[in-house]
Amino acid sequence: MMDSYQETVFKLKKYWSDRGCIIQEPYDMEVGAGTMCPETFLRVLGPNPYRVAYIQPSRRPADGRYGDNPNRLYKHQQLQVILKPSPDDVVDQYLGSLQAIGIDLSKHDIKFEEDNWESPTLGAWGIGWQVMLDGLEITQFTYFQQCGGVDLDLVPAELTYGMERLVAFLQNRESVYDIQWAPGFTYRDVRYADELQNSVYNFEMADVPTLWSLLDLHEKEAQRLLDLFPDTPDKKRFPLLAAYDHVLKCSNLFNLLDARGAISVTERVGVIARVRKLAVGVAQSWLAQEAA
Amino acid sequence: MAARRRLPFLLEIGSEEIPAWMIPPALEQLRGLFEELLSVHRLGGRVTSVDATPRRLVLTAEKIAARQADTEELVTGPPAAAGEAAAAGFARKLGVEVSQLEKIPTPKGEYLGIRKKIPGRAALDILSAELPSLVLNINWPKTMYWTGKGGPRFIRPIRWIVALLGPDVVPFEIAGVASGNLTRGHRQLGKPALRVSIRNYAQKLRANGVIVSAAERRRKIESEIPVRVKPDPELLDTLVYLTEFPTPITGSFDEQFLALPAEVLVTVMRHHQKYFSVEREDGSLSPQFVAVMNTSADPEGLVRQGNERVLRARFNDARFFWDVDQRLKLADRLELLAHVTFQAQLGSYKDKTERVVRLVRELGGSEHAVRAAMLAKCDLTCEMVKEFTELQGVVGGLYARAQGEPEEVALAIYDHYKPVSMEDSIPRTREGQIVSLADKIDTLRGCFSLGLIPSGSRDPFALRRAAQGVVKILVEGGHSTPLSWLAGGDAALREFFLDRVSYYFREIRGFRYDEVNAVLKAGCEDLVDVERRLTAIHEVRPTENFEPLAASFKRIANILRQAGFTGGGPVDAALLEPGPEAALYEHFQRVRAEVASSSDPLGALKAIAALRPSVDLFFDKVLVNAPDEALRRNRLALLSSLLTEFSAIADFSEIATG
Repeated sequence: MMDSYQETVFKLKKYWSDRGCIIQEPYDMEVGAGTMCPETFLRVLGPNPYRVAYIQPSRRPADGRYGDNPNRLYKHQQLQVILKPSPDDVVDQYLGSLQAIGIDLSKHDIKFEEDNWESPTLGAWGIGWQVMLDGLEITQFTYFQQCGGVDLDLVPAELTYGMERLVAFLQNRESVYDIQWAPGFTYRDVRYADELQNSVYNFEMADVPTLWSLLDLHEKEAQRLLDLFPDTPDKKRFPLLAAYDHVLKCSNLFNLLDARGAISVTERVGVIARVRKLAVGVAQSWLAQEAA
Repeated sequence: MAARRRLPFLLEIGSEEIPAWMIPPALEQLRGLFEELLSVHRLGGRVTSVDATPRRLVLTAEKIAARQADTEELVTGPPAAAGEAAAAGFARKLGVEVSQLEKIPTPKGEYLGIRKKIPGRAALDILSAELPSLVLNINWPKTMYWTGKGGPRFIRPIRWIVALLGPDVVPFEIAGVASGNLTRGHRQLGKPALRVSIRNYAQKLRANGVIVSAAERRRKIESEIPVRVKPDPELLDTLVYLTEFPTPITGSFDEQFLALPAEVLVTVMRHHQKYFSVEREDGSLSPQFVAVMNTSADPEGLVRQGNERVLRARFNDARFFWDVDQRLKLADRLELLAHVTFQAQLGSYKDKTERVVRLVRELGGSEHAVRAAMLAKCDLTCEMVKEFTELQGVVGGLYARAQGEPEEVALAIYDHYKPVSMEDSIPRTREGQIVSLADKIDTLRGCFSLGLIPSGSRDPFALRRAAQGVVKILVEGGHSTPLSWLAGGDAALREFFLDRVSYYFREIRGFRYDEVNAVLKAGCEDLVDVERRLTAIHEVRPTENFEPLAASFKRIANILRQAGFTGGGPVDAALLEPGPEAALYEHFQRVRAEVASSSDPLGALKAIAALRPSVDLFFDKVLVNAPDEALRRNRLALLSSLLTEFSAIADFSEIATG
C-alpha cells in the first residue's frame, strides 16, 4: 500500500518527534529555504540546544516553469530538521528516517557525496553532503559552521529533505504533479494554479520599480530597528524578530527581481551584500539579546 | 635481555563519508606523518600499507620496536682538577656517589662526568601520546568542527578509532572518541560493531561488506562492467573512493535521447550522475549507462530503475533546454551579452566580444574566425549552459552548426576555450586557435591593466591557465605572433608570458632548464622559432663537441667580462698570428658562412660544435692577454665575434657543463 504525500510527511514528523524534536509549523512568510526561518537561522546561534522539525514551503522564483516541467517548481516543500548539537549517531538516525517512510535500505543504493552548503545572503555556511538514493538527490545534510557570520557554539546538523522528489520516488511517479497528495487528490490538484500564476507573475508581470522600492522600504525598516537596538535598555522586549521578518522580505524581493531578470551580475553582488549586512546584524543582535 | 620484540601495527580512523577526491592525498600524508613518527622516536619498522574507503583511513605497519633502545646521556661537571669539594657537589646534585664519576677527556682538558642511562620508552606509550596530534595534523582542503566551538577539526566527524600494536590497543582519544579494537561494517551490508585483530581486520571487514583495499575495489569495478564503456580514469577514481563495496549495474535509456548531442548526454551522465557512458563498436553512444552502487546487488532491479528514472528526468530537462534555446539564434543573442558582466571594470561580455573581434582581425583571422569570435560568448545566455556550465563553448558550437553557420565557425566556437589544461589539446582549426588566442589575450591584457595579477595560489581569473593556453597554441599551432605584441606593451605581462613559456618547455615538453634558459636568452619573441632552436640544442647536446664548446663559450664570456671588453669591432686579419689563431679565424669564417646560409638551426649547431678543436687549440696555444695592446684587442675582438655571431640560436654560456 503506497503512502500519500501527507502520510509520508506524518511519518517523518512522527519519527523526528520521537527523537525529541519540536514539530513546528511552516513559517508564515515567504522564504527561499527552510534554513531562513527563525527556527533555524536564529535558533542555531548561541549555546542552547534545540531540536526542531517542520515542513517549509520554499520559494525559488527563478525555478518556476509555469507548471510545465515535471521536476522543477517555483515553490517546493522542504522538511527541515535541526538537531543542535548533532548527536554522534546522526547519520544512523537519518537513515532510520528513510526506513520509517518505507525505504528498505537493503534494496537500495545510498551514497553521501560531498556538497558544502553556503548562503551568501545569510552569511551562513556548512559542511556536508547531498544524499543520493539510487542516483537521486533526496536530502541535503549539513553540519552548520557559521550563521550570520558568527561561528556556532554547538554544531547543529541540518537535514533538508526535498519532499516532492522523495515522494515521487516512493510513489514511482515521473512527474511531481502526479504525486498523490491525499487519497483522491494529486499534487497537481493542490498546487498547479500556484505554480502557473506565480510563474506568470514572477517572469512577466511583477513590476520591477515596485519591487525595487519594496526592497528599499523593507531594508530601511530593518536597518532602522537594528540601529535602535544597541541603545535600547530593555533588550528582551526589543522586536528583533520583526526586524528579521523585514530581512526575509528583502531576500524574497531580491529573488523576485532576479527571476525578472532585473539584476545584472554586478548589481547582484551589491544587493546580496545589502541583505547579508541585515542578516548578520540581526544574528549578532539576537545573540546579545539572548545573553541579556 | 631477550631479542627485542618487533610488533605489527594497525590504525583505522573511522569517519563519516570523506570526499572521494581528498582521500589519496590524505593517505600519502598519513604515511609520511607515521614514518616520521617512527623515525623521530627510533621505533624502527616500516609502513606496509595505507588504504581507505569513504568511511575509514587505514594504515598498517610492521616490525615496530616494542620499546625504544636505551640511550646514554653524558653529563659533564667541573674540571677534574677542580678538587674534591667540586666533585662532591656535582655528585650530590646528580644524586650519585663520587666514585661513580669518571674523567671525560675534552679539548679543554679533563672534566668530571657521568654517563646516565636513559631507558627507552615503550612504543605503546609513544603511540598513545603522539597519534592524536598525528591524525589531526593531516592537512585537508577544507575542515570542520563538530564537537563545539574550539573543538578539533577534521574533514568530517571522527566516529571510531581502531589502534592496535600487536595484540594491544594503543589507548588514546580524539574528539571524545576512544581508540579500541571495534570497527564498523558497511552501513547496509555489515554489522555496526566488529571486534578485530590486526590479523583478521581486512577479512572480517570483507565479510561485513567492506573492501578495504582501494586497488581491489578498482579491480572489482573494472572486471564487473559487462559492456564497453568510454574509458574515464577520473570517474573511476571517484567511484573507487565513493564506495566501500562497489558493484556496477547497467541501465538503459530511450533511444530517442540519442538525438541530443553526445556531449550533452555524456556530461549529464558523467558530471551529474557519475555514470560511465556506453559505446558501440564504432565509438558512438549506445543508449545505456553503467552506474556503480555502494552495495552488493540489485536483485529486484530497484536501483537500476531508480537511476533510469533520474536520468530520464535529466535528459528531458536537457531536451527542454535545447528546444527553448533554439527559439533565439546565437546571432540574436549578442545584445543580451550586454547584460552579462565579464568583469566590473572590463565591462560586459558584449564589450569583451567587440575587443576579441578586433584582436582576431589584428591576428589576421579569416572572416570565419571573425564570425566565430562574434558568436563565441553568446551561449552564455542559453539555458543549456546555465544548467551545464562546463559545456560553455561546446554548446555554442553545436548551436552554431544547428543554426546553419559554416562548419569552420561552429568548430571555432566549439573549441575556443581549449586548451583547458596542459594535457588538453589545442583547438583543431586555425580559426579556433585564433579565436582562442584573442579571447585569452583580451582577458590577460584587461586583468593586467587593472593590476589583477596572480600572486602565489591566488589566481581568481585563471590567468596562468590562460597564458599557458596561449603559449601552447602558439607553439603547437605554429603561430609566430611576437610575444611583445601579445603583451600589448605591458612589461609585467611579458614577464608573465616568459614564465609560462619557460614552464611549458620544461615541464610539459621535458627540455632541460639550462637549454630553455640558453635559448630564451638568445631571443624569445617568436615561440615557433624558440621551439625549433630548442629542439636543435637538445639534439646536438649529446654529441661529443657540444658541451666542451659550451664550456669554451662560457670561458670566452668570462674573459671578455674580465677584460671589460665591450667593443665588438671587426677582427683585423693582418694582426692574426699564423697557427692556431689564424686557423680559428679561418674556421670561424667558414662556419659563419655555413650558418648564415642555413635556415636549419640543427645544421648550424652541428657546424658550430665542430669549431671545438679549433677553439681548444687556440686556448691551448695562444695567450689572449698578449703584452701587445693591438694584438690583445684583436684577439678579444675575435672571441667577441665568435660569441655574438652564434648567440642568435642560444646563449651557450647558459648551458650547464661538466
